Amino acid sequence: MHRTGELYGHFETLEQQKDTATLGMWIFLVTEVLFFGGLFLTYTINRHAFSTAFGVGSNTLDLTLGGGNTVVLIMSSLTMAMAVWSAQVGKKQWVSIFLIATLALGTIFLGVKIVEYKQKFDHHLVPGRSFDVRYRSEHPTASDNPKEIAAEKEELEKAFAKDPDINAHAQLYFSLYFGMTGLHALHMIVGAGLLLWLIKGSFAGRFTPQYNTPVEVVGLYWHFVDIVWIYLFPLLYLIDRHQ
Amino acid sequence: MSEHIVSPRVYIVIFLTLMAGTAATVWAAYQNFGQFNIVIALAIATFKATLVVLYFMHARYSPKRTQLVIVCSVFWLAIMLALTLSDYNTRTPRDSRLAPSAISHLFRV
Repeated sequence: MHRTGELYGHFETLEQQKDTATLGMWIFLVTEVLFFGGLFLTYTINRHAFSTAFGVGSNTLDLTLGGGNTVVLIMSSLTMAMAVWSAQVGKKQWVSIFLIATLALGTIFLGVKIVEYKQKFDHHLVPGRSFDVRYRSEHPTASDNPKEIAAEKEELEKAFAKDPDINAHAQLYFSLYFGMTGLHALHMIVGAGLLLWLIKGSFAGRFTPQYNTPVEVVGLYWHFVDIVWIYLFPLLYLIDRHQ
Repeated sequence: MSEHIVSPRVYIVIFLTLMAGTAATVWAAYQNFGQFNIVIALAIATFKATLVVLYFMHARYSPKRTQLVIVCSVFWLAIMLALTLSDYNTRTPRDSRLAPSAISHLFRV
């Protein structure tokens, strides 16, 4: 393909090229909105049908880890936005620094997610044959707070009285939890790969005030993934906290 | 026409607002607003998402056709949510034809 510098032959100017790339990314994000929208719809219908089980499932999640991850992800959006700004004003070194910061924060997010998933495996809260919503309260470990375990037992007793089939219905909650956070994490992994590619380009000094389309377009994707989490956090972690 | 550069000061104000929104979400979840807990949670999330789209994603400074695409995505999402939920909300368990027992009944010709 004919190309002058960063300008491809079928565009008149770099600005036109950037507008086109941005529009293309937005059209892709529309399909992503509908993709995640379908999952949120499934969640809404099931939460409405099995509210007790969803409340019990939600209360097993660790709010410190989930809330902390929300902060980490929003911070990564800030550093991503700052990387775009650094490219626009020609601070080449800062583009690299902010991109690396974004990648580091994204990696922290994924690491915390692994810790959370491990807890769910340990507590028999992964849908399947050994799923048992009562497992943790009946097999507390030495590190568990006895007060917390007693409160969980009481909560479960009440829940079983309301919904005798709660062990089945809580699996619906955890299927959605793993499905939605898993797909979100997959998007983060793709984003981390794109960031690596950007970091490589930034080391070569590729991004300038005239040409920074890749940083801008990957930024759009990264912020979108942040938005998905902005909805996932209250919907998965904060269902019945006041009870 | 030159591109609009959003200043770091704007980014930091948006970031702080998003942090405050996150704190507000957690706080609201511990209060008992009855049916309105979910409404409040979604309202705060939508407010935060709007800020991200307008400033971090530069939608406010984008060409009109890009803004049109963004509005369309919300519109299509609204169609999907509204039509599916109105279907579920107007079915009684009796005529939910997709229930497993009903499906086996259909095949018993």
